[in-house]
Amino acid sequence: MIRAIGEIYAAQLRTSLAVQFQYRMSLAIWMIGRVIQPLVALVVWTTVARARGGDVSGYSEGDFAAYFIIQMIVTQATFSWIMWEYDYIIRSGQFSFRLLRPIHPIHADVADNLAYKVLTLVILIPAAFFLAWLFPPTLHWQWWNIVAGLLATVIAFIMRFTLEWMLAMTALWTNRVSAVNQTYDVILIFFSGYFAPLAVMPQLVQTLANFLPFRWLIAFPIELTLGRLTPTEILIGFGAQLFWLVIVQASLRYVWRAGVKQYSAVGS
Amino acid sequence: MNQLRILWTFFRLGAMNELAYRVNFFTQLFQAVMSLVLSLGGLAVVFNQTDTLAGWRPAELVALVGIYILVGGLINLMIQPSMQRFMEDIRMGTLDFMILKPADAQFLVSVRQVEIWKLIDIIMGLGVLVIALVRLGAQIGMAQALAFGVALLAGATIVYSFWMMLATCAFWFVKTENILVIFQSMYQAGRWPITIYPGWLQMMLTFLVPIAFAVTVPAQALTGRLTNQTLLLAILVATGLFGAARWFWRFGIRYYAGASA
Repeated sequence: MIRAIGEIYAAQLRTSLAVQFQYRMSLAIWMIGRVIQPLVALVVWTTVARARGGDVSGYSEGDFAAYFIIQMIVTQATFSWIMWEYDYIIRSGQFSFRLLRPIHPIHADVADNLAYKVLTLVILIPAAFFLAWLFPPTLHWQWWNIVAGLLATVIAFIMRFTLEWMLAMTALWTNRVSAVNQTYDVILIFFSGYFAPLAVMPQLVQTLANFLPFRWLIAFPIELTLGRLTPTEILIGFGAQLFWLVIVQASLRYVWRAGVKQYSAVGS
Repeated sequence: MNQLRILWTFFRLGAMNELAYRVNFFTQLFQAVMSLVLSLGGLAVVFNQTDTLAGWRPAELVALVGIYILVGGLINLMIQPSMQRFMEDIRMGTLDFMILKPADAQFLVSVRQVEIWKLIDIIMGLGVLVIALVRLGAQIGMAQALAFGVALLAGATIVYSFWMMLATCAFWFVKTENILVIFQSMYQAGRWPITIYPGWLQMMLTFLVPIAFAVTVPAQALTGRLTNQTLLLAILVATGLFGAARWFWRFGIRYYAGASA
């Protein structure tokens, strides 16, 4: 079973890599937006830090630089475009073909996503060094920070992908999901540590963020990598990640079953 | 006069096309509200930590957000959709129909596609701008209002000419839809005053993708930050680019062979 899945992934990855390599120019151009966002946030917060005499809630200029460079990497590693893609796939009826395949369609999407991540490393890594050269980051990490941060990023990827894939299934019930997608984006931006480290956010946002899954997707892997967390906080973080992972996985199963029953193809 | 009539016709056409899909109004309204929440939320978080950002007070940055939404609305109302259609027409060869009409073809392709729901962005941007100005309690003198109007017009002209020149490239390079992505990615940097960015990025946002002229300069005009030199530069760049776009269009159209010829 495991071997079969492994072979399917290997084949799917090869296909996805070949397909997406055809669009390498588009991939490169799409990356502009993904570098601009952390750069803009970094500039804004650096400006604020300078105005405050060098420090905002425990973040100096160099800390902000380190935070947003790692943010760019964690965001790139965990993000998916699946909610927008499925809006189209379901509305246009192409979903039928995916249902006909002998395995769960999520696997093809994961492989597709991973292929994209592998290809865009060519731009992401130079971009990270470029930002680090422009805004010298303050780093005091140990080797185990990076290992633990990587592990947290992998869990965050699985969790975010499951969550967004589940939300993408909203399109099975309504063909106007853009409102759902936009709301999700705005919540994610403010409650995940994407726009700013949670420590500099207003108290209300920080409190609410504790009850939402989003901070474990972005803020936790970043803070862990940067060595800003105490051992207790690290344990709580991994615990919360696993807790939410179980919840979204279970919800996905439920939503998937209900959704497939709901689906009626166009033009059959 | 004739051109105003054509403009009005395309406007009505856009309205008639879209009024069949009235739910789109709410989709667009929701999108505009979310974009506003994103901008104002960002400001709220930043000003929770500081009183001024690079010398800009909160209400002044709210005014900037208003202009950002307003200009974004103007671009998405007509410039961007028309330019996309123009590039599509070159690719498909259907530009023939535009060239044959007894009106200036550049004008026709520039105003042809109107997305009327983007009026929501324009109205909302104006609303935010007015609220910000009231809260600033600023006495906007005639001179300042005039400078703002000129700066906005210059900014819109620069963005239009920029788009027009890029779209004209489609005569040679047929596949150019990525231009749109570059512009949209860079436009989000206009949410904040250009002056906070490092020098090289300011140069890029001024001369490579002219967001500085479109958003920051009009905001500077309203908040009394605009020097005469900058305004003059905006007018010069606007006139220059407009002329260059005109010339480039004439040059490009000679390469157009049509689809079935």
